[in-house]
Amino acid sequence: MERRDAIKWMLAAAGSAFLLERRGLARGGPGPAPAWVGEGSDPNLLKDYHPGDLWPLSFSPAQRRSATALCDVILPADAQSPSASAVGVPAFIDEWISAPYAWIGSESGPGSDREVILGGLDWIDGEAQRRFATDFAGLIHSQQTAICDPICHEPAAEPERKDAAKFFNRFRELTLGGFYTTKEGMLDLKYIGNVAQSTFTGPPPEALRQVGLL
Amino acid sequence: MPVITASKTQPAYDVVIVGSGAGGGQSAYTLAMAGAKVLVLEAGRHYDPVRETPMFQENFRAPLRGADTAQKPFGFYDATIAGGWTMPGEPYTNARGESERQFDWWRTRMLGGRTNHWGRIALRNGPYDFKPRNRDGLGVDWPIGYADLAPYYDRVERLIGVYGSNEGLENTPNSPQGVLLPPPKARVGELLAQNRAKQLGIPIIPAHRAVLSRAQDAATLPALIHPGDPRAQRILGEAMRGRAPCFWATPCGRGCAIKANYQSTTVHFPPALATGNLDILPDAMVREVTLDKSGRADGVSYVNAVTGQEGRVRGRVIVLAASAVATARILLCSQSARFPQGLANRSGKVGKGLMDTVGASVGGQVPLLENLPPHNEDGAGGDHMYSPWWLYREQRAGQLDFPRGYHIEFRTGRPMPGADAFNGLSRHTGGSYGRQLKEDARRFYGSFLGFSGRGEMIPNDDCFCELDPVVKDKWGIPAIRFHWKWSEHEIRQVAHMQKSFGDIIEAMGGTVTSKPTPPALAIERGGRIIHEVGGTVMGTDPATSVTNSWCQTWDAKNLFIADGGPFCSNADKNPTLTIMALAWRTSDHILEEMQKGNI
Repeated sequence: MERRDAIKWMLAAAGSAFLLERRGLARGGPGPAPAWVGEGSDPNLLKDYHPGDLWPLSFSPAQRRSATALCDVILPADAQSPSASAVGVPAFIDEWISAPYAWIGSESGPGSDREVILGGLDWIDGEAQRRFATDFAGLIHSQQTAICDPICHEPAAEPERKDAAKFFNRFRELTLGGFYTTKEGMLDLKYIGNVAQSTFTGPPPEALRQVGLL
Repeated sequence: MPVITASKTQPAYDVVIVGSGAGGGQSAYTLAMAGAKVLVLEAGRHYDPVRETPMFQENFRAPLRGADTAQKPFGFYDATIAGGWTMPGEPYTNARGESERQFDWWRTRMLGGRTNHWGRIALRNGPYDFKPRNRDGLGVDWPIGYADLAPYYDRVERLIGVYGSNEGLENTPNSPQGVLLPPPKARVGELLAQNRAKQLGIPIIPAHRAVLSRAQDAATLPALIHPGDPRAQRILGEAMRGRAPCFWATPCGRGCAIKANYQSTTVHFPPALATGNLDILPDAMVREVTLDKSGRADGVSYVNAVTGQEGRVRGRVIVLAASAVATARILLCSQSARFPQGLANRSGKVGKGLMDTVGASVGGQVPLLENLPPHNEDGAGGDHMYSPWWLYREQRAGQLDFPRGYHIEFRTGRPMPGADAFNGLSRHTGGSYGRQLKEDARRFYGSFLGFSGRGEMIPNDDCFCELDPVVKDKWGIPAIRFHWKWSEHEIRQVAHMQKSFGDIIEAMGGTVTSKPTPPALAIERGGRIIHEVGGTVMGTDPATSVTNSWCQTWDAKNLFIADGGPFCSNADKNPTLTIMALAWRTSDHILEEMQKGNI
């Protein structure tokens, strides 16, 4: 099952080519076609990539500031690991929403949530201005949570805040994905693996005991 | 003889093989080891897993943290090159527009084809699986039986290395003593599932996967595989010593630089090339099989996928192993005055009998698996356990509302997190964020699991492929057009899968996290499981089949099929092992017939 469950999308090639083109035009206006074409189907798998290497990023300075603040409200530093922004999560989210893939029919693929995230970051700054007369990044923690609490649980959000709650949930998912794929995040989760071993010993007795098999 | 360019091809070969995946790899191996001069044509580029496989790259080194994209649909580090559900310049079409009538075709363009990334699940068909019509009156019986293939299953398992156990369960064949490698220890989630499924009467046993759980016995196996042939034994022994056993890290889907799992590029081709009898021509997209004046197949024409230059190679025997649908396409494109409907298609059956596997999945969350003591669960880079189909008796007694069966693949544990590792988490946390969210992530990581059914489809008249009358690829080769429709048999099977998986999750003390979905929508689209077989079905009657029981086409006796095309049925068992066993048997027959001068 490993491969297939991950794939929830399947797009008509013609449709995505059209959308790609349209997005390129929308972004660059009339002029030469965009130089980026995504990661390609035969990329070098052995080199390290960084956000912005393969396609231009999208955040305005204000959006980057808000995204950074929100990342750290969602995953702040604690005794076990640093904050999300300290390990580059805002740049990952920017890379993700800027990806040149048209995700028709997918709720979570790269590039599918561009409007949700960019709109949400603008909204959260507007909300901060409206309530506290400064942008979200300029708020103290209790003011930030005053904005986040009503939108952090989508099913419980007021009808007029549903869109904001949807944004918050998606932003939180991206923050989690961005954070726990880093070295620091994997260490925090205590993912132990990706190292060559001479034997596979299976679960330790304490794990078996916990599930009642020992 | 090595990996070559077009100008280096020999004037003629004993055997020309189209395709370098499981079927082409096995054919090349068997024929070259026996002394035949062989050319393999591959439509994609040369690929060297030893040099190119990303073995330990963490997701933070990849674009998008390695997430699936349209260009790398199984994730950035998946081994697939220049492939996917769509490929620029190489379209295929579907006759109908409705989602449930689509067939999605997964292709790749690289040496080794789809063997580079496959799940390595290597199950034998059982005796029932060759005679399904005889048992329930549906579908088509194979002209061969389990006994015909059993010796070849033994050989393939010895050659490629398969871990697993012999459980003696119905229609789930044992391998002879000493053939299988020991299965790896089960992970804790797999053991919990096994324990609870047992209460439901569902057996969970070690999976069979083509991964070396220990080094191959290079001193003994070559003599068993090539009795009486010291040269072949020496070459194979060296190749086996060149493969390292699994070091229990990195997913098999990336390919394997240490050659611990099977892919044709690390297992079939190195010894076959070492014989000096094999040439491999990459970037050669085959257009059609060519005929001499007497109507005998005499070679193939191809286009260089990089330069667009046309080429031709000649062979005494032609083996098509391009994958079931691509092979059907080549035959349909091989039109001549003698064969206006395409080669080997006098019966009109090329493209017919197309099947895939029935697939559906259910996910769950199990509190018992929360906050487990941290430990390494990477294991063999894939499933350690699975559940074979278990309700033969109930089916015989008429207690089920669908024919045939499915096996269960499932995934538990604490794998390296990906970009979507915590999607959906907020459903379990009441929307937490901040420090509490970090606590929640630690708690829930490793407590999610998913079960997938892989079931047998009955071939039907609504499922086939043909040439599209209009659409062509970038080289002017007619594209394939699919027709697809699942029948009630498959939909009812999916309903049963959903119930079984929900029962197991609940028996583990967990809750189902997947949205309740009607079976007709939960079933994966045609092609999605990438087990497409049929289209050049074997039989005993030239009027109703494309090949005889040796995968030799009725219409051209020196033309053979060595992929999943000749399958008459598509058992729940993943087809790759059977493709290889069948290809080995076909190659043995080719060698005999060449020796006798019959071809």
